Amino acid sequence: MSEYAIQMLGITKTFPGIIANDNVDLEVKKNEVLAILGENGAGKSTLMSVLFGAYPPDAGKILINGKEVKITDPNVATKLGIGMVHQHFKLVHNYTVTENIVLGREPRNKAGILSLKDAEKRVAELSDKYGLQVDPRAKIDDITVGQQQRVEILKTLYSDSDIIILDEPTAVLTPQEIDELMEIIRTLKKEGKTIVIITHKLKEIMAVADRCTVLRRGKYIGTIDITPETNEQELATMMVGRPVKFDIDKAPCKPGKVALEIKDITVNDSLGVAKVKDLSLSVREGEIVGIAGVDGNGQTELLYALSGLSKVEKGHIIMDGEDITNLTIKERIEKGLGHIPEDRQKHGLVGGFTVAENTVLKNYYTDTYTGKMGVLKYDKIRENSDSLIDQFDIRSGQGSDTPAGSLSGGNQQKVIVAREISLSPKVLLVAQPTRGLDVGAIEYIRKRLVAERDKGKAILLVSFELDEIMNLCDRIAAISKGQIVGIFNEGEKTSAEIGLMMAGVKSKEAQ
Amino acid sequence: MVKKLEKKKEKVPFIDWFLASNGATSVAVVMLGFLAGVILLLCIGKSPAGLFKAIGQSMFGKAGKNGSWNFRTIGDTLMFSVPYVLCGLSMAFANRVGLFNIGAEGQYTIGMLAAHVVAVCVPAFPGQWLLCILVALLAGAVWGGIVGFFKAKFKVSEVVATIMLNYVALYLYPLVCLYLLPEATVNKSGRTADLAETSLLRKVLFDGSNFNIGFIFMILAVVVFWFIMEKTRLGFGLRATGFNKDAARCSGINDTGNITLAMAISGAFAGMAGAIMLLGSVRYAKILTGQDNYGFMGIAVALVGNSKALGCLLAGYLFGVLKSAYSIMQGMGIPKEVVNIIQGLIVIFISFRSGLGLIRDRRAKVKVRKEAEK
Repeated sequence: MSEYAIQMLGITKTFPGIIANDNVDLEVKKNEVLAILGENGAGKSTLMSVLFGAYPPDAGKILINGKEVKITDPNVATKLGIGMVHQHFKLVHNYTVTENIVLGREPRNKAGILSLKDAEKRVAELSDKYGLQVDPRAKIDDITVGQQQRVEILKTLYSDSDIIILDEPTAVLTPQEIDELMEIIRTLKKEGKTIVIITHKLKEIMAVADRCTVLRRGKYIGTIDITPETNEQELATMMVGRPVKFDIDKAPCKPGKVALEIKDITVNDSLGVAKVKDLSLSVREGEIVGIAGVDGNGQTELLYALSGLSKVEKGHIIMDGEDITNLTIKERIEKGLGHIPEDRQKHGLVGGFTVAENTVLKNYYTDTYTGKMGVLKYDKIRENSDSLIDQFDIRSGQGSDTPAGSLSGGNQQKVIVAREISLSPKVLLVAQPTRGLDVGAIEYIRKRLVAERDKGKAILLVSFELDEIMNLCDRIAAISKGQIVGIFNEGEKTSAEIGLMMAGVKSKEAQ
Repeated sequence: MVKKLEKKKEKVPFIDWFLASNGATSVAVVMLGFLAGVILLLCIGKSPAGLFKAIGQSMFGKAGKNGSWNFRTIGDTLMFSVPYVLCGLSMAFANRVGLFNIGAEGQYTIGMLAAHVVAVCVPAFPGQWLLCILVALLAGAVWGGIVGFFKAKFKVSEVVATIMLNYVALYLYPLVCLYLLPEATVNKSGRTADLAETSLLRKVLFDGSNFNIGFIFMILAVVVFWFIMEKTRLGFGLRATGFNKDAARCSGINDTGNITLAMAISGAFAGMAGAIMLLGSVRYAKILTGQDNYGFMGIAVALVGNSKALGCLLAGYLFGVLKSAYSIMQGMGIPKEVVNIIQGLIVIFISFRSGLGLIRDRRAKVKVRKEAEK
């Protein structure tokens, strides 16, 4: 028998406009934890999707336990003993844990009627054996995100997978849940499973991985053994292709008067469930206030309410001394509220418009860009966007005329940032500004935000990356279940302490 | 050898240009439709030359070398294209704002009814025809705007609502004529009394043809469409809403207002078509008992014309030419059904356009691979 559980040799996969994998080799030894490290867009997920049968590769071959196989769809992968835990869980929310696990292979009794008894027993056994505590009868809705992930892992164990692939498993977890996951991975390894973990976080690799394969821009860069002596900086350099500085240099914060004040607001989601409850927070001129929290704790709804996308049930929003709670979106923009939205494709850009048109999306109707009879001054619009493209280093094929939808993620975000900053808002709402971007763009956008702070703007930043919050913010507010559970200055608390608060432990209890 | 290479180099960009250009694909689709028509005629043992003779006659007034000149048909053909173009604009305008206005038929009918009421009820005065057109415009706008309002406010599907309003308009027509209008305005044989002389559209140019000033209004409509959509800030907001409603809203653009307005403007185009059809042909009106189908053909016109002003003008003219050729072919002993089949095939072929997108993606993929291999 081969010493390798998985060998993917010379895998090439192209999509329109990009080569996601270019002659990539991946070899996973039996019973090891292999990490695949790479930036967003390096081709990690594509490689795993090829392995899992989601797309056929254009070239290359796959060997499982030394035997060449053709994986045409996920069912074939499951039969070969490969299980995958996706970044976004694929669970039915009003079903129980067991029901989700048996979905698609429901056990029946002699009369052909669904019978979950044996399945429940087996789920309980498995969760015992591998240290995955979940109640087999609990509804998915009632358990935490960390537990939901365990259900996904149980699903792969239930189908007797020997190879378990975890795609960005820590993206949605609190620091404590991450520690627990690391422990689970060690147990799985001890019980003889082979684990592949896809990530761009160096700490996790250092914590659990035996070896690490690095991909960059679709190409295979190398594989190294992870020992306690391995240098994180070395890994980062392999990943990015040049030495990186993750920390931003910033001048001490010089806050001015309060620019944005949120007073006891309650906001409902589209189903009428209160997602933000009696939340109060203020942001002063010249400071960045970060909201640290796990995805789904009311951050999205809070920003929707502040920007005017959804209405406030209760409470007030005061900007520059003026109550803007009931103003329209347009009025808020005119009063100086900027917004870099979380979902840049949905809310940030009109993909069918050119870069030029997108740069004036919020002020095309003003006298600067509109002349007599409502005719747009396209020459002025062009002038503006040409200068922004220059200033913000936006890379586009045909300059101002490029359709915004055809830009890369990083450049799309730069268009949005350029537009918002060019409007010179008093208060800037920023959500997940660097999600999915490459390191170069991340550095650039962070620098720009700090520059705006230094100009005296008030910035409210929402991010699910605790590192980003710790790095950029002058004050940090931890949010849990729609409420602020603690506010403190930069450097006052460690990430572990903030993590506890994000999990819902009030700051006093944490101490 | 060198020459050959050069040729190859030129050819590749042409295909890419063709795939990227909506105008070029529309022309190709029309040619494909005609090709199918020719094959069909050959199959049934008729000469395809007649098809093109009829088309030549309808466009230029002369069929082939030995045919006689007949300018009347030029005017008639132009006039035939008016409702197609206007209903095409109606569909296209809504489409650019991300709406599917399947109700041009109803808006057309209601415009015709409004013009009809003004023409028979208001005492004759000079320039009455202009009032008729304006009222029809307004009626169409209201008929479309209602749907837009409900769509924007209560998320009522514009497709379902417009289909239903098509029927409401159709059955409202005889109801109003028979029960609401003075008795003297209705004739028993399913037609109305003569319309006021002052409400008829003046015939100009082309002796003996139906060509009238309604055509000029149609051209005006095309210009207005282009101006609003491509040049003004109103069009900018409308297009932004059409491409991405959420981003438009997030940028402070009034998306609900835009949806209402877009449906109203869209309805106005169709309403105007109804008025021109009523006032531009005969002295009396018929009491509508079935749909004229111009509204539905407008969907095809907008598709072929890519929802652009000039595109709709050309596509509408094409449909007008086909309609004109339809009757000419009858005289030539060529089965006129071929024309309907060609029309149908053009619409089917145009829906293959998304398939061209797949080919484009594939080409882009191959190109990237080749570049990477270098």
